[in-house]
Amino acid sequence: MSFDQSEASRAAQPEIATSRRPQGRRYLFVLPGLASGIVSFAITLLALVLVTFAMTRLSPIDPALQLVGDHASQSSYQQARVELGLDQPLPVQLGIYLKRLLTGDLGVSLSTGQPVLSDIARTFPATVELATAAIVVASLVGVGLGILAVLKPGGAVDAIARFVSLVGFSTPIFWLGLLALLLFYARLGWLPGPGRLDVAYAYTVEAVTGFGIIDAFLSGQDGAVADASAHLVLPVLVLAFYGLGGIARLTRSALLDELGQDYVMVARAKGAGRARIVLVHALPNIVGPLLTVLALAYAHLLEGAVLTETVFAWPGIGRYLTTGMFAGDAPAVLGATIVVGTAFIFLNAMTDLAVGRLQKRRGR
Amino acid sequence: MSAVSSLTQHSPVRRLLRKPALVIGTAIVAITVVVALFAPVIAPFDPYAQDTAIRLMPPDAIHWLGTDAFGRDLLSRLLYGTRPTLLLVLLVIVFMAPAGVVIGIVAGYFGGITERVLMRVTDVVMSFPRLLLAFAFVSLLGAGIFNGGLALALTLWPAYARQARTETARMRASDYLAASEMLGIPGWRLLLFHVLPMVLPSATVRVALDLSGIIIAAAGLGFLGLGVKPPAAEWGSMVAEGTQVVFDQWWIAAAPGAAIFILSLGFNLVADGLRDLMDPRHG
Repeated sequence: MSFDQSEASRAAQPEIATSRRPQGRRYLFVLPGLASGIVSFAITLLALVLVTFAMTRLSPIDPALQLVGDHASQSSYQQARVELGLDQPLPVQLGIYLKRLLTGDLGVSLSTGQPVLSDIARTFPATVELATAAIVVASLVGVGLGILAVLKPGGAVDAIARFVSLVGFSTPIFWLGLLALLLFYARLGWLPGPGRLDVAYAYTVEAVTGFGIIDAFLSGQDGAVADASAHLVLPVLVLAFYGLGGIARLTRSALLDELGQDYVMVARAKGAGRARIVLVHALPNIVGPLLTVLALAYAHLLEGAVLTETVFAWPGIGRYLTTGMFAGDAPAVLGATIVVGTAFIFLNAMTDLAVGRLQKRRGR
Repeated sequence: MSAVSSLTQHSPVRRLLRKPALVIGTAIVAITVVVALFAPVIAPFDPYAQDTAIRLMPPDAIHWLGTDAFGRDLLSRLLYGTRPTLLLVLLVIVFMAPAGVVIGIVAGYFGGITERVLMRVTDVVMSFPRLLLAFAFVSLLGAGIFNGGLALALTLWPAYARQARTETARMRASDYLAASEMLGIPGWRLLLFHVLPMVLPSATVRVALDLSGIIIAAAGLGFLGLGVKPPAAEWGSMVAEGTQVVFDQWWIAAAPGAAIFILSLGFNLVADGLRDLMDPRHG
């Protein structure tokens, strides 16, 4: 997705933020860095909450009406409005909203009848499992492709890398998921279909950790682990393909930039081969931008999981969110948005911090 | 440095033709625009005409791409589907680019506390989960093409603001702007006629780069039922309609998805080509 390009360019110059600090007494400045990181994380988070609050106010969905139903009397409707604080002025409502969020109260889901927080606690591990497996695959293949492309610019692998990232940016992930299901499940029968476990295990494997493979292992049943792993393959590959293009493209361009530096010329003059220069000299120097891109990709995979989970009937937070959307379940939609959004912003903030530290250690 | 020599040797048109990717991309986009404009003339059937006698038919000589679950001609729906897609893209651009550019110019020109506040807001929006917020926004405020465009634009403007700010701030120090100020040109005219024209080219290139992402995001909205309302033909929602029967009548979901892919690829090829032309280093 070309959404990522602005972020890739941000990744390419992360040193701006740290360059203002004076030299010497270096460790004293780690703390302000950490503090400003926490402050900007908090501001972004607060802004996210404000945006979600604004959405609830702008939404034509009336929470009081949803609570009491269409046929309720005027008085019980009014009572529901008072209970929800809807009769208060906006700032007070915002205060109530913030207070509830801080105590972890995300409301009650209209479709499941459970507190949204416990619904999310139940579904989030499945999403983390999917996105983590996908980022591992995407990083290995993406960085590998980028390196191979740089070893021989203009060569066959370079062309393949460019092609893969171009196709990756252009493919709607839900469509790719459908086609993958059609081919590998319905036609070839190589891999299991939608869902997380076969029916044979669905009721016997207990959700202890929420992570499918671990739960399958804990259940001690023959074949349960293999079944859980097989169910992971298709959604993970589809999701990984979604993140692959950006990673490969950035690895390639960052390495090419690095290869234009003077030290590379020195290394070449001393007789180092292309592979050695790329792997030993250039690669360690792009760890910062690479880290940023991988973390951003991970955050985007958490987001992209919404569509992937819908296609693969994967019982994660993304499917919870879309089921909530179809049911007009505002608390579920908002809760899932806030939780995934927080994870997304947290990953961003952590990366900024890590890259800042890394850059300082390298004395840039 | 071969790019420099080729720059002097060939006319711009010949240089364009040497980039097959750019030519193919432009052709895809141009064809799509033509189809959108003349859909009623090109489409062989009425995209909304239902006929249960011929529902879920495989492609044949009459219905080139077959029919959907309501017996509607898939090809006609596909051709009509260019309209909401391009309309949504247009909406996003109309909302997003001006907002970002204005914020960036104001921040870069006035500096100080204005700049700090505006850029902080930009940073905050930039680290929002865009797709997710767009989904939540549309599902809470109501599905539709306008809300979809607005939702995507609301999270996409920061890149434009950053770029415009950097360029304006650089210009702020230029003699040319100082001279205009000394001539007594009032602030708003300065921004509108002297700063804006300098910022527009790069913003335009940015739009080209963003287009394919917008197409994909818009299709995602449609797939989740957050785009145009049925029975309107929209590619994302057509894929969703085909999902139920994908294992038997796979073409119903495959065809509109392929259309999304091809148009998005077209925009990507154009963007890549433009970037290569302007920045030979990545060529």
